[in-house]
Amino acid sequence: MAEEVKLLKTWSSPFGLRAFWILKLKGVQFDFIDEDLSNKSPLLLQSNPVYKKVPVLIHNGKPISESLVILEYVDETWKQNPLLPEDPYERARARFWAKFGDDKVLASIWNAFIKQGKEQEEAIGLAIETLKFLEEELKGKRFFGGEKIGLPDLALGWLANLIGVFEEVIGVKLIEKERFPLLSAWMQEFAEAPVIKESWPPHEKLVTKFRAMREPYVAAAAQPK
Amino acid sequence: MAKSDVKVLGAWPSPFVMRARIALKIKSVEYEYLEENLGSKSELLLKSNPVHKKIPVLIHNDKPVCESLIIVEYVDEAWSSSGPSIIPSDPYDRAVARFWAAYVDEKLFPALKSIGSGDGAEAKKAAIEQLIEGLVLLEDAFVKCSKGKPFFGGSQIGFLDIAFGCYLGWVRVTEKMNEVKLLDEVKTPGLFKWAERFCADAAVKDVMPETDKLAEFAKVLAKLRASGKWN
Repeated sequence: MAEEVKLLKTWSSPFGLRAFWILKLKGVQFDFIDEDLSNKSPLLLQSNPVYKKVPVLIHNGKPISESLVILEYVDETWKQNPLLPEDPYERARARFWAKFGDDKVLASIWNAFIKQGKEQEEAIGLAIETLKFLEEELKGKRFFGGEKIGLPDLALGWLANLIGVFEEVIGVKLIEKERFPLLSAWMQEFAEAPVIKESWPPHEKLVTKFRAMREPYVAAAAQPK
Repeated sequence: MAKSDVKVLGAWPSPFVMRARIALKIKSVEYEYLEENLGSKSELLLKSNPVHKKIPVLIHNDKPVCESLIIVEYVDEAWSSSGPSIIPSDPYDRAVARFWAAYVDEKLFPALKSIGSGDGAEAKKAAIEQLIEGLVLLEDAFVKCSKGKPFFGGSQIGFLDIAFGCYLGWVRVTEKMNEVKLLDEVKTPGLFKWAERFCADAAVKDVMPETDKLAEFAKVLAKLRASGKWN
């Protein structure tokens, strides 16, 4: 049977990008559709009725949602270039850091991005504390996955370009090279890796988009209380 | 393998700890269970889970595994030759199970918690509606995953049974303390019967806390939260 693989994503979503990366890294033939989230396609609504979000992977007509679930599905279905190690303990560690990235790193960085004034200072402090765990985890490693890119690298990969976008919009450096030498090196190495480097959404377009996303928070904070 | 090679750091009311213990039971793994005093966390817990400082933690040959669903998958893989498989064998069925497990943690559990959180009648009503909507979605998932068999995992308890079933104690407590029916024979008949089978299962019944004991604990917790002594 001819294999049919379709990825629903958006031009900017870091979650969609993860799914795009793993399919490319595995050499899987696939089509993708960049959705307009203000006008979601019937295919998206039908494939992810619970959340109505991207990314969705549709493999031979069967939909899979939630980016980390998609990553594991792809890794298990196309065995070449495995992204998870064989050893159960190392697999648990990889999953742990992927989850930490979404639960803690993303949330703390987003807070640092949207908050204002004193709240922002505190949010930045918290984000830095969270990032220190990543710096620690990279000791003696080139990637979170070890010698080559693994599941946690794909999960955390958004840092490699979005941090620069956020820093430009808020005018504050979040990942300073002196404080985070390993994380900075990882970001650069990941950003320039084959497959990854061709995939980044255009920087200026991202800056415009995230600046616009931040506007309501700035306006709200400027309201007299 | 000596019992002390495997340790679980836990707390008896925690649904997340239950997940780890059910998985170990399914695989017939002997382990040492260490009850944590969450008001005063042990050195071992702080050392084993420095990032989150939370239970459950599974320590296997001195190597710690954290996060309950990650622990369940680890137990399944580390003792793969012992007992039945926990995670489905087909990659698509796995993806479905993982999807719903994430849904339960991200949507159902917060809704369950806010029913009892005392934010006023309107908020409570909204939380109850949200929870019931979620349960109706899970009813549909149950029909699809079980394919007529007793559990999400088929003829035996599997990953999604464990992920969702661990909340049943708290669902019952919430029903009792708020005088509301959440798991309904009419709205969610499949889940209603599944819940009874799950709680009676050999791998579950010794680690599922009694509803009355849990209700007492919930009352104490509510008082501590109200007085600001617990976060």
